Amino acid sequence: MDRTEVDTCIRTLIEPFNKKGVAITDATRFTDDLEFDSLTVMDFVAAIEDEFDIIISMNQQAEIENFGQLVDAVVKLQG
Amino acid sequence: MTDLFSKFDDIIEMRRALLATGVEDPFNLVMERVISPTVAVCNGRETILLGTYNYMGMTFDPDVIDAGKDALDRFGSGTTGSRVLNGTYIGHREVEEALKEFHAMDHAMVFSTGYQANLGIISTIAGKGDYIVLDIDSHASIWDGCKMGDAEVVPFKHNDIEAMEKRLKRIPEGAGKLVVLEGVYSMLGDIAPLKEMIGIAKAQGAMVLVDEAHSMGFIGPNGRGVAEEQGVLDQVDFVIGTFSKSVGTVGGFCVSNHPKFEVMRLVCRPYVFTASLPPSVVATAATSIRKLMHSDNKRAHLWENSRTLHAGIKALGLTLGTDEPQSAIISVIMPDLERGAAMWEALLHEGLYVNLARPPATPANMTLLRCSLCAEHSAEQVQQIIGMFERAGKASGILD
Repeated sequence: MDRTEVDTCIRTLIEPFNKKGVAITDATRFTDDLEFDSLTVMDFVAAIEDEFDIIISMNQQAEIENFGQLVDAVVKLQG
Repeated sequence: MTDLFSKFDDIIEMRRALLATGVEDPFNLVMERVISPTVAVCNGRETILLGTYNYMGMTFDPDVIDAGKDALDRFGSGTTGSRVLNGTYIGHREVEEALKEFHAMDHAMVFSTGYQANLGIISTIAGKGDYIVLDIDSHASIWDGCKMGDAEVVPFKHNDIEAMEKRLKRIPEGAGKLVVLEGVYSMLGDIAPLKEMIGIAKAQGAMVLVDEAHSMGFIGPNGRGVAEEQGVLDQVDFVIGTFSKSVGTVGGFCVSNHPKFEVMRLVCRPYVFTASLPPSVVATAATSIRKLMHSDNKRAHLWENSRTLHAGIKALGLTLGTDEPQSAIISVIMPDLERGAAMWEALLHEGLYVNLARPPATPANMTLLRCSLCAEHSAEQVQQIIGMFERAGKASGILD
């Protein structure tokens, strides 16, 4: 998948977790804007991992703060 | 100047708001006198203890106390040194022998606390390029061990066999893998499906570490824990345990059959760079561990207590962490921290101490009243406790 396809796919995956219907841009931050707590992060990460058949370790998650960074990371991880 | 403490403002405010309701501080209880493993004088009241980890009631065992006093007389109050320098006394060797016999394993290594055992073993054996796959509800000492090491850390949903397997299968070929599980998860008192999980971990070429802190002494035919109960202890590479629960003192350990295990004594920093346990502590631990090998009657009574309390509290209409009693921990789920603290205080006024557990220690941000039973609780005490829950529940508005 190219970046646009990954972007579209993750936008769909994030919907059930985006309880307040925040408009998603590359700059949208998971903790500050979407108010994800640790359990939400785990479920959301698991959904992405299963969709793309990848691992996003906690070490890698620590580097990802916003939506754009997540899309970039997934593009890279799917190799 | 940026105040480095400003990051704690939320916690300071949460505590202030809680105490402003007039509730007795749940995190500042003082035991003035300890009468037995199950009774103490707390904040001036005689109180039944239902929130200790003294599962087997060994803290006042006369043989255990005698062993401690004797070691204090013969070896002094402390070692003032690391295990690898001047801190290994004959007593440290003896408690390691007792652990090997207790678990029927080849190697045992004693740490100064259970926290350090997890911290040390996990951070040392899983290094750069290795993967640690662990349950999301793992104890803080396991998380801190992961954080201190350089391995990639991959959590999975609590007790979810499929989620664990999927993650193991995605790890790059050739990478070292460590699966970290607990026998009993101490917040809800539920056990892990170790048989299935360890089978999968082994099939995927992973090494397995199981923390049996909350099961040692009373789960499994010989009290070796949940892995023994489920018949898979022989497939566990590392068992982590503690002296601060069933054993009744303080200290931690790792037992293993790994042929190279002894090298840990040279490379594990939380083992090397700290003072060893005092001689009296290892003497009480060794005596207690040997007595736990022959404690079938106590084990049976502890299980009876667990079943009776679980059924009694459930019958009152309170929500519990598990449908059936799975360990000596019965966790009562409270609607929120404020009402949980009110119920905790009402119980204390009835003369009962339980643990108030709150986020972030708890899963899913729950507030819990965590009850841990002791083999020395009498059947009468357990009935008394159920009555206290009923009255406190009504007084605090949790029960109608």
